[in-house]
Amino acid sequence: MQAFIDSLIKGWGFDPAVWPYTQFVYLALMGLFAFAVINFAAITAGIFSWAERRVAGRMQSRVGPNRAGPGGFLQWIADAVKLLTKEDLVPTEADNFLFRIAPYFMMVGFCCVFVALPFSHSLIIADMNVGIFYILAVTALIVVGIIMSGWSSNSKWSLFGAIRSAAQIISYEIPAGMALMIPVLLAGTLSTQGIIKGQGPWPWQWYIFDNPAAFAAFFIYFISALAEGNRTPFDLPEAESELVSGYNTEYSGMRFSYFFLVEWGNMWVMSALAVTMFLGGWQVPFLDVTQSADKIAALSGGVRLLAEFASLGIFVLKTLTLVFVVMWLRWTLPRIRVDQMMNMCWKYLVPMSFVGALFVAGWMLIVHSVPVLGLIMRVLLFVGASLVVGRFAQTTLRNIRATGDKFDFTSNW
Amino acid sequence: MTFEEIHSALAAKLGDRVGPLQAARKDAYCVVRADAIVEACRFLKTDPATAFDCLQNLSAVDGFKAAPMIKVVYHLYSYSKRHTFILKVELDRATPVIDSVESVWKAADWLEREQYDLLGVVFTNHPDLRRIMLPDDWVGHPLLKDYKEPGDYHNISHTRESPLDGFVRMDELKKKIAAEKAAETAASAPKKELLQ
Amino acid sequence: MSEARRAPETPTMVMTTNKEILKRIEYTGDMLLNMGPQHPSTHGVINFLVQTDGEVMKRAIPEVGYLHRSLEKIAEKVGYNGFMPYTDRVDYIAAMFANQGYAMAVEKILDIKVPKRAEYCRVIAVELNRISSHLIAAGTMAMDIGAVTPFPYALREREFINDLLEELCGARLTYNYLRIGGVAFDLPDGYTEKVSGFLDHFEKILVEFDRLLTFNEIFVQRLAHLAVIPAEMAIDYCLVGPNLRASGVDFDVRRDIPYSVYPELQFDVPLGKGLVGTPGDCWDRFYCRVEEMKQSCRILRQALAQIQPGETMAKLPRKLKPEEGLEAYSRIESARGDMMYYVVAGGGESAWRCKVRTGSFTAMGIIDILSRGLMVADLVALIASFDVVAPEIDR
Repeated sequence: MQAFIDSLIKGWGFDPAVWPYTQFVYLALMGLFAFAVINFAAITAGIFSWAERRVAGRMQSRVGPNRAGPGGFLQWIADAVKLLTKEDLVPTEADNFLFRIAPYFMMVGFCCVFVALPFSHSLIIADMNVGIFYILAVTALIVVGIIMSGWSSNSKWSLFGAIRSAAQIISYEIPAGMALMIPVLLAGTLSTQGIIKGQGPWPWQWYIFDNPAAFAAFFIYFISALAEGNRTPFDLPEAESELVSGYNTEYSGMRFSYFFLVEWGNMWVMSALAVTMFLGGWQVPFLDVTQSADKIAALSGGVRLLAEFASLGIFVLKTLTLVFVVMWLRWTLPRIRVDQMMNMCWKYLVPMSFVGALFVAGWMLIVHSVPVLGLIMRVLLFVGASLVVGRFAQTTLRNIRATGDKFDFTSNW
Repeated sequence: MTFEEIHSALAAKLGDRVGPLQAARKDAYCVVRADAIVEACRFLKTDPATAFDCLQNLSAVDGFKAAPMIKVVYHLYSYSKRHTFILKVELDRATPVIDSVESVWKAADWLEREQYDLLGVVFTNHPDLRRIMLPDDWVGHPLLKDYKEPGDYHNISHTRESPLDGFVRMDELKKKIAAEKAAETAASAPKKELLQ
Repeated sequence: MSEARRAPETPTMVMTTNKEILKRIEYTGDMLLNMGPQHPSTHGVINFLVQTDGEVMKRAIPEVGYLHRSLEKIAEKVGYNGFMPYTDRVDYIAAMFANQGYAMAVEKILDIKVPKRAEYCRVIAVELNRISSHLIAAGTMAMDIGAVTPFPYALREREFINDLLEELCGARLTYNYLRIGGVAFDLPDGYTEKVSGFLDHFEKILVEFDRLLTFNEIFVQRLAHLAVIPAEMAIDYCLVGPNLRASGVDFDVRRDIPYSVYPELQFDVPLGKGLVGTPGDCWDRFYCRVEEMKQSCRILRQALAQIQPGETMAKLPRKLKPEEGLEAYSRIESARGDMMYYVVAGGGESAWRCKVRTGSFTAMGIIDILSRGLMVADLVALIASFDVVAPEIDR
């Protein structure tokens, strides 16, 4: 982004290095981008709330919201307006200051991640060379917000939810971080754009199919991200059937909506990160972009614009697919108990992720000497994964036909 | 085993503290003396021939008008032998006190609490005898035949006026207000004429 | 709290109060949580005083009575026939069974013989209600464990049953269909085909339900080896129904103390065998209910095939006034287990005493002892596995 702003200033006829007002322009434009990003985050979260309710409805053999707008699409706007106009309740016994400020910690921790997310070939706010490191650090703010909200609510049930959530998120930071280190190893850089450039547009060029450890790392990261986002099967902190709503029981109105903005927006963040690190990001087929050769930058004019939009579209499509998988999991799986969850993290995911990282390091040395092994492994993994997915689809279709169900996407909108 | 066989086994053990087997007025039963109930139950549970391992039901009945007493009825069942038996104990209505059989069957814990709560039967040696259905500070035992309902509980009345009476009352109130208004306007009207 | 204590001389003094228990718990420094009375997963209005130091509970004391409607006192006022709608409310999810138990007890007192066709109508209504009650039990258990989706699936199937029962007796929940001496209405035209059609559809759904939930790894991990109840303990605490059978006790009132036309119907009684855990754990109690639904389908098909034309109501005297001193008990296999009605006649038009001993009431008695050492999430699973409903506990 800085390059973009510098080129703007140069276009106005000033030299960014010596012009006295450079910093002001930076500040203003950064503010504008931040505003745009927060809007994007909030609107995405709102749309996901609608999508989740529709998806949940169809999976549960019912319709979902369909009154407010076509297909219920304006439901989330109606909900947002309602929450905004609700009474601002702060319980008498609650810790006033902490209660009010807790949601903002979560929002900050969540929105800051968007700074380093590469939406397309050139749409990234700050392509830091410590991108992933920054993301992992900033998401830790969410824990602080949760504990503050649970504690300040002055309710034992909220405290329950907050402590469970804190334990869960902090524990799962470790396998998530280690699993994310594997693409970093493979790419050789912490920068998100750099990691995408290390992959290619075709599935066998993605890091997920690079070697078995990277394949496992994708799932380790995905599971850990589910846990960090408090999504089922890890939604004990807001286990509706036990704690009513966990750490946000006492919240209502706009403060409550902050919590849920973060939860739904987190779906985007975790999916976008998984796509960036493991699934090739925004790479467009036939227009490979690597660290050294940038085929998209080589284009110009209308074709270049088309390629940029294609990369944005590919990124968004991949992320939305993963978001759908996250929703799908929520409405299918039961909830894990807290000690089973901690067991899984510390006894299984953490050792697996460390072993995986070691394996990848060794594998990289092997492939450096015998490059054809790398290609064989990629193709094998890709073919194997495709077969599994195909078998899954086949079994699902068979099961659906066995109960006499039909696919019907036209009615009940 | 039939009712007669079980009764004779019980009578053999406890002698005259067990009454005769009453005729089946739909269900036969025998009356046991109050101080022998725990012994009788323990015998019926542990004896290998009877083996009554389950207390199916424990109810208290506020006896009939002719002979006022509180009867505690035990329905027993044996899962291993698949037979039933019924015991009754007759207690004085003024002070119904009896030993708890919770030491014999754990199911008696809650069943006895319920009878204590609703009929006032006090079970001695019960580990935790307190009210179960009604609030702790409730006065009285509702299922007794001479139970008079208190008018309210913590100033929340137990009765309310019939809605029809309420409508009549509202109608009268409206009429009264209308009449007062009419009287007011009638009283103030002449004043206005004077001013003109 | 469990030492033996001698009662005072006067019967009106209360031994311990709930406030004293609360004080005692607070004094130990542990956290005292109130789970309920309004809570998404306590199957009705029940309160649990949970003493815990974090996630693991020291004990959980159930507090019931929020739904006490003094039905047993009402039975002494409204007449034998008049009490029948009240029995619906004893267990509104399996209301046909409550009707049946009361009707059988009063029929035993009055020596009324129910006609054969009425008995078959009863069995059909009652087994349909068993399926719908188990659907709710399984669905809410899944929801409490966190899998929200099976609950609407169960409710969707239950809607079919509700439609069938509405056609039969006009109501979807509190039926008042079984009456003293028979049933209120005869089967409507075409009913046999409708029920058979439903059963054809439902048996496939049960397979899907099994695949989705019963053997799901997370579901099994939550429930297997949890709160194992050995058979002797289950019998001692008077657990009944699927709770008892899951602990291995092979007893079903329909088969072992036969009533109605069950001797002429073939069905199996599912037992808990510890398929994925220990015999007598929460999963077994859940699986017994799923299997019972399959058996109910079997019973329904046989009943529909065997039913013959006839009377649906016995000839009753104008006023039911059994003489004083007559008393009888009846036991039926309700959806929640063995429900026992003990009716004492007092010579008047109403019962002198009507005691209902329900499976949920005795199941609450065992929760205190089982909950020691469990986690709060496990308490939710335990209550769900017992399939307690608050109206049965409190009446």
